[in-house]
Amino acid sequence: MNDLIRQSAATLAGAIARKEVSSEEVTRAHLDRISQVDERVHAFLYVDPEASIARAREVDQQIAKGELSSPLAGVPIALKDLVATKGVPTTCGSRILSGWRPPYSATIVNKLHAAGVVSLGKTNMDEFAMGSSTEHSGYGPTHNPWDLDRIPGGSGGGSAAAIASFEAPLAIGTDTGGSIRQPAAVTGTVGVKPTYGGVSRYGIVALASSLDQAGPCARDVMDTAILHSVIAGHDPRDSTSINAPVPDFVAAALSADIRGMKVGVIKELQGEGFQPGVLQRFKQSLEILTELGAEIVEVSCPHFQYALGAYYLILPSEASSNLARFDGMRFGIRVDDGNDRSVEQVMSATREEGFGAEVKRRIMLGTYALSSGYYDAYYGQAQRIRTLITRDFEAAFTEVDVLVSPTSPTTAFKIGEKLDDPLAMYLNDIATIPVNLAGNCAMSLPIGLAPEDGLPVGLQIIAPAMADSLLYRVGSALESALVDRWGGLLISEAPSL
Amino acid sequence: MTTEYNAVITEFDPIIGLETHIELGTNSKMFCSCSAQFGGEPNTFVCPVCLGMPGSMPVVNRVAVESTIRMGLALNCSIVPWCRFARKNYFYPDMPKNYQISQYDEPLCINGYLDVTVATENGPQVFRVEIERVHMEEDTGKLLHAGGAGRIHGATHSLVDYNRAGIPLIEVVTKPILGTGDLAPEVAKAYVAELRDLMRALGVSDVRMEEGSLRCDVNVSLSRPGEEWGTRTETKNVNSLRSVERAVRTEMIRQADRLRSGERIIQETRHFNEETGDTTSGRSKEQAEDYRYFPEPDLVPIAPSEAWIEELRGTLPEIPSVRRARLQIDWGISDFDMQSLVNAGALDLIVASIDAGVQPAAARKWWTGELTRVANERNCELEELTVSPSDIAEIEGLISAGDLTDKMARSVFEGLLAGEGSVSQIVSQRGLVVVSDDASLIAAITAALADSPDIAEKIQGGKIAAAGSIVGAVMKATQGQADAAKVRTLLLEQLGVKE
Repeated sequence: MNDLIRQSAATLAGAIARKEVSSEEVTRAHLDRISQVDERVHAFLYVDPEASIARAREVDQQIAKGELSSPLAGVPIALKDLVATKGVPTTCGSRILSGWRPPYSATIVNKLHAAGVVSLGKTNMDEFAMGSSTEHSGYGPTHNPWDLDRIPGGSGGGSAAAIASFEAPLAIGTDTGGSIRQPAAVTGTVGVKPTYGGVSRYGIVALASSLDQAGPCARDVMDTAILHSVIAGHDPRDSTSINAPVPDFVAAALSADIRGMKVGVIKELQGEGFQPGVLQRFKQSLEILTELGAEIVEVSCPHFQYALGAYYLILPSEASSNLARFDGMRFGIRVDDGNDRSVEQVMSATREEGFGAEVKRRIMLGTYALSSGYYDAYYGQAQRIRTLITRDFEAAFTEVDVLVSPTSPTTAFKIGEKLDDPLAMYLNDIATIPVNLAGNCAMSLPIGLAPEDGLPVGLQIIAPAMADSLLYRVGSALESALVDRWGGLLISEAPSL
Repeated sequence: MTTEYNAVITEFDPIIGLETHIELGTNSKMFCSCSAQFGGEPNTFVCPVCLGMPGSMPVVNRVAVESTIRMGLALNCSIVPWCRFARKNYFYPDMPKNYQISQYDEPLCINGYLDVTVATENGPQVFRVEIERVHMEEDTGKLLHAGGAGRIHGATHSLVDYNRAGIPLIEVVTKPILGTGDLAPEVAKAYVAELRDLMRALGVSDVRMEEGSLRCDVNVSLSRPGEEWGTRTETKNVNSLRSVERAVRTEMIRQADRLRSGERIIQETRHFNEETGDTTSGRSKEQAEDYRYFPEPDLVPIAPSEAWIEELRGTLPEIPSVRRARLQIDWGISDFDMQSLVNAGALDLIVASIDAGVQPAAARKWWTGELTRVANERNCELEELTVSPSDIAEIEGLISAGDLTDKMARSVFEGLLAGEGSVSQIVSQRGLVVVSDDASLIAAITAALADSPDIAEKIQGGKIAAAGSIVGAVMKATQGQADAAKVRTLLLEQLGVKE
């Protein structure tokens, strides 16, 4: 098989299963690619080639003995660095956790292991997943493979860039306000935020527990469907995980029939603040959906205008509490630990030095929002808005099957461009945040390059909670129509690096 | 009752309130499957969850929820149809996550009551203590401060044992208890005792107070009759029944002193000193921490169904007050006697002794007599003494077999209380053997008669009561190891006198 790194995960899995190629060969090809390009892309924070190859060999043996029957056996994957992996450094992109090797693995890591998926390493991210550009990593930014001077989105910029630069066929991301979808959009890849509770959060270091959701990243819709089906399912260790059978996402992606479906366009998520080229590609996609037999309807979600405000109260509040455990006492770095120092001084010095500016900003916001006397006005009010946004979705889904919008208002911006303007940075997630607040599911897939800058544009498909299959049906239909036009995936247009 | 205390009561009305934390006796911890047993090598009953490792998540222990609901039902509470856990945020190294998962404004059980009885000179008096809430939370780890005085201040370093972190706690909070008057300390003590007995009867906790598995925060305020309620203080971590009573009393006296001299009471937490019985100022509420409570997003709400609650109601045992009434009738004792032995914390020990084969009267005699006296002397609970119901059964067995006299039995108790070992060890170490050898007794009788020749004549002359002094002399000579009745029989035989 030629050019292993450019194949889809499904193709690789098939070839490995048929023993046309070994997992070791596939893994080596990707490790070689990482060593060739990652110095420039910086998608990975940690790679252990020997461990990956050893694991690939193990999987090859299992396959040879007929012990493994999984749709992804032998296929390599990249893990966002907030997924706890036993014995493997897990930093969450933060200096405060440098050197920490978790004593246990996340549930999804165990599921991937059982499915014979081979880990290539851990990917870069905004510190504790706070950011939309991966510039807030404590270990330096990741570069967009389409233009190395630009951001790959965030917080999961490392996972998206790894896929877009053919360093990995698959990656795990997490999405609290768009951290899977926005990087997918700006790197020309596919990313899915599953329904809240659809994928176990156990072992995924929490940013905002009520918003976080892990999901699949890949270069095409089918690969995300396969990966999603491998990591999904109830986990008794995560009380918030859904106890219901996992739908057949692969069958949904295969069906790709959207005739007679009603697709809603959210009035509030277009127009002002959206880049013209983004809107242009979005309108073209609507035309394609119509050609495929869907009916386009405009719907209004009047409370979405408050989503950003509510999100930036709920997220920091939960984060301020979730991040309290990083105090230098039990794991990670410890600063200024002299005999004459009190425990408060050591905790304070450790957090002062270990956390970056954005993390501190959000901890302070959250601490303030939860303070007695302010709770009702901030956290309480934000929760009420959250309810109203959920109702906006419910009302919209009585009229339409799925909703669509541009994933991100703009294409990838330049590294450093918005670093000093938090509000401009936060606005990147204006279209993705409502989904996290309501807990339903969404996908971003590439729909073309913006004419003005030649950079990828993503379209977001939103479905009701537990209707993730609809994402794959619609996404797959749109993708195949676009691929027919382009003569291949959009990502094949990316620079070869 | 001191005159100092009486003076408080003539001038002020006390209002008390109690928050009691009790460790549940579940096998596993509140939010993970680690063992919840007491002790163990430090940091051996731990896992990523109770160590607060990044990424780990809590899962609620169903048995702990059941225990709490059963406790709520036994306390006549309403069980709410829906409630959540909350996070209580504060930084402290005994808390792995730097927040405690607790319940805040949505407790599982609300609005109950517990009737407690206090013995007074006018007979038993019943007080209804209203319960505001019963909720669940997790315990913290244990800090050991090394160097200095064993306190955090002056310590060179501190060690943390997280075995206790995550052990399920139940917290029972009373509404303000009014109208107790001078009985406030006794009511507080009786309430905690009743609560403890209820937990034990329900089997939700064995409440080992000596291991700190019951901890009480005691709220006290004073007001002059007709005036608004006074400012309250909260004395934290009062860990025994006796201390609860003392803490209320000393805090009442302290507050009265301040009020009389025109000072105000500062709303603050206070520490109780077990040795002196005094309370000292902790941190004042004015500089209190803001715990930034919010609903725990890692857990789903608890919504107990009616059917589940009814099923649990069906598992409630005979509650302690009903059991006491039954035992009182069985034993044929007065209200006052019953109340005294309950207040002394002797009830369960007496029942356990009877279960071990001791006659009820004998069991009551030992626990409420000698042993209660020693417990009072030592300022401790009866159950903390190194005497167990099975020891009493063993001693009583020896007495009825004629192998121990009453006096020797007291010596065995002394030995037990001094920690000299088991009953049989003490009997042999102290040489406590009944002298039943006739020849040596007759020799002792002969010697005693020789010392007082006139007495033999008196007895033979019909004054049999005079035999007492000879028996006494023989007992003295044998160091109490003879059976007095037997000595008397042998004496009369020797003198040829028939009764």
